[in-house]
Amino acid sequence: MNIPVVWTLAQKELREALRNRWFLLYTAAFVGLSLALSYMSLAGAGIAGFAGFGRTAASLINLVLLIIPLMALTVGAQSLAHEQEQGTLAYLLAQPVTRAEVFVGKYLGLGLSLLASVGLGFGIAGVVLALSDGAGSPASYVSLMGRTYLLSLAMLSVGFLVSVMSRRAGVAIGVGLFLWLTFVFLGDLGLMGTALTMRLSVGQLLWLSLLNPLQVFKMAAILDINATLDLLGPAGIYAMQEYGQKLQLIFLALMAAWMTLPALAAYARFHVRGDF
Amino acid sequence: MIEFINLTKRYGKSIAVDQLTLQVPERRAVALWGANGAGKTTVIKCLLGLLHFEGSIRVDGLDVRRQGRAVRQRIGYVPQELAFYKEMTTLEMATFYARIKGAPAERIEPVLEEVGLSEHLTKPVGALSGGMKQRLALGLALLSDPPLLVMDEPTSNLDTAARSQLLQLLAQVKAAGKTILFTSHRIEEVEMLADQVAVMERGRLQFLCDSANLASRLGLRTQVKFIVPGHEVERALEVLRGEGLEAQRNGVGVIVDVSHGEKARPIHTLRRAHIEVIDFEME
Repeated sequence: MNIPVVWTLAQKELREALRNRWFLLYTAAFVGLSLALSYMSLAGAGIAGFAGFGRTAASLINLVLLIIPLMALTVGAQSLAHEQEQGTLAYLLAQPVTRAEVFVGKYLGLGLSLLASVGLGFGIAGVVLALSDGAGSPASYVSLMGRTYLLSLAMLSVGFLVSVMSRRAGVAIGVGLFLWLTFVFLGDLGLMGTALTMRLSVGQLLWLSLLNPLQVFKMAAILDINATLDLLGPAGIYAMQEYGQKLQLIFLALMAAWMTLPALAAYARFHVRGDF
Repeated sequence: MIEFINLTKRYGKSIAVDQLTLQVPERRAVALWGANGAGKTTVIKCLLGLLHFEGSIRVDGLDVRRQGRAVRQRIGYVPQELAFYKEMTTLEMATFYARIKGAPAERIEPVLEEVGLSEHLTKPVGALSGGMKQRLALGLALLSDPPLLVMDEPTSNLDTAARSQLLQLLAQVKAAGKTILFTSHRIEEVEMLADQVAVMERGRLQFLCDSANLASRLGLRTQVKFIVPGHEVERALEVLRGEGLEAQRNGVGVIVDVSHGEKARPIHTLRRAHIEVIDFEME
């Protein structure tokens, strides 16, 4: 693989993402809301629950669950499909580059732009908290930021898979939005319905919910902040009793699988495609 | 040198290119000539590795399927429909593709000057005219000074002035000794640039000929309309028919049906007979 070529492609993606109004809008929303949450956490510190960094981290979990998958899925879904539709992908592939370089370059560029977005959101809120002498451990806050970035990469991989399967950017974005809706809302509803009708055991319910990367993120983040999953009810208590210290490792492995498997599947499809 | 051996491309049950065997010798210019849907663009896309195909394509002995990057390193490609990153400026675009091709940065500005774009370096590509975009495409193709230039209908979207400008540039590129493969359905373009023409129809190679013989091989004919003084129309018809030309009255003038290489013959005939030609046009 020609690294300068990959880096050139990544830089172009990064530049384009920073010019993309949707990407900027998501980033602005994320930064604005995380800032608002950190202020509210500070205002409510000491009243109940967490305080300072810990409290903000807890509040940010729901914000991350809503915005980050939406941003990463739509950015990933647009990536290849948009270029294919514009004809720029065929022109690029007619140059002395390999498909692996194009794929990795695009993924790297978009991954870095997501890192910038996540870093900006957490960074600005973190600076505000630090300046306001926010109590609590910054470690859980930094850890949440890391987990958020991994979640964004997992969703980016899913977005790439959608993109490589679609010929039109509009279709890809539509499928991306449907997946976002599924991960955020329909997944939970489906899980509840399945648990009721199929009379699932607690263990089965836990593993079924872990099929959703957003649930993996949520449980890992809560465990980080709270050191227990008891507040998630029977499934959380079961998880703590059954897997204990291994849970974080399991969550990490599941997130790594969500990051790599869709990306590998997307590359495999991109590599064999012969219709540019 | 490019070698197509039994190149076949199928889309489901339909065949876009059927058993094409063709050689493009070094330093020669070969045109793929044919109507829309003849399979010309498909041949180019197969050569660039953008489509799967049956048969074999080799460039300087390298296999397109297995040594795609090395093959494309030897090719400068000018597409039919320009697909650029519109937000980039001319210079940014050239810099991006120079890096992709591994071309030295110091070649960028001389190449852009060569294609007449030095005054538009900071202009967004989306704001360039059609002719400028096509010249930029040619400039990008020449950035790494490849031995082979592959063009798909390079002048199809250009007006007359822009086309003539681009053709002059291409004539210079040809004179510099590049091997050229291009598709076209314009006879003037083929006659001007190509040494040989591969005539395609519905995916099949019909025949290969020298470009000078293309019009006669295809039996192409042109209608030339002449405006002559009203009192000379009858005599003009008589003189033209006497020369064996197919001439008919057409309002205030005459219309003559001539083969492609004989467009000037009626003018000479009328001048010899001292008949004034006020105006003429070709169809």
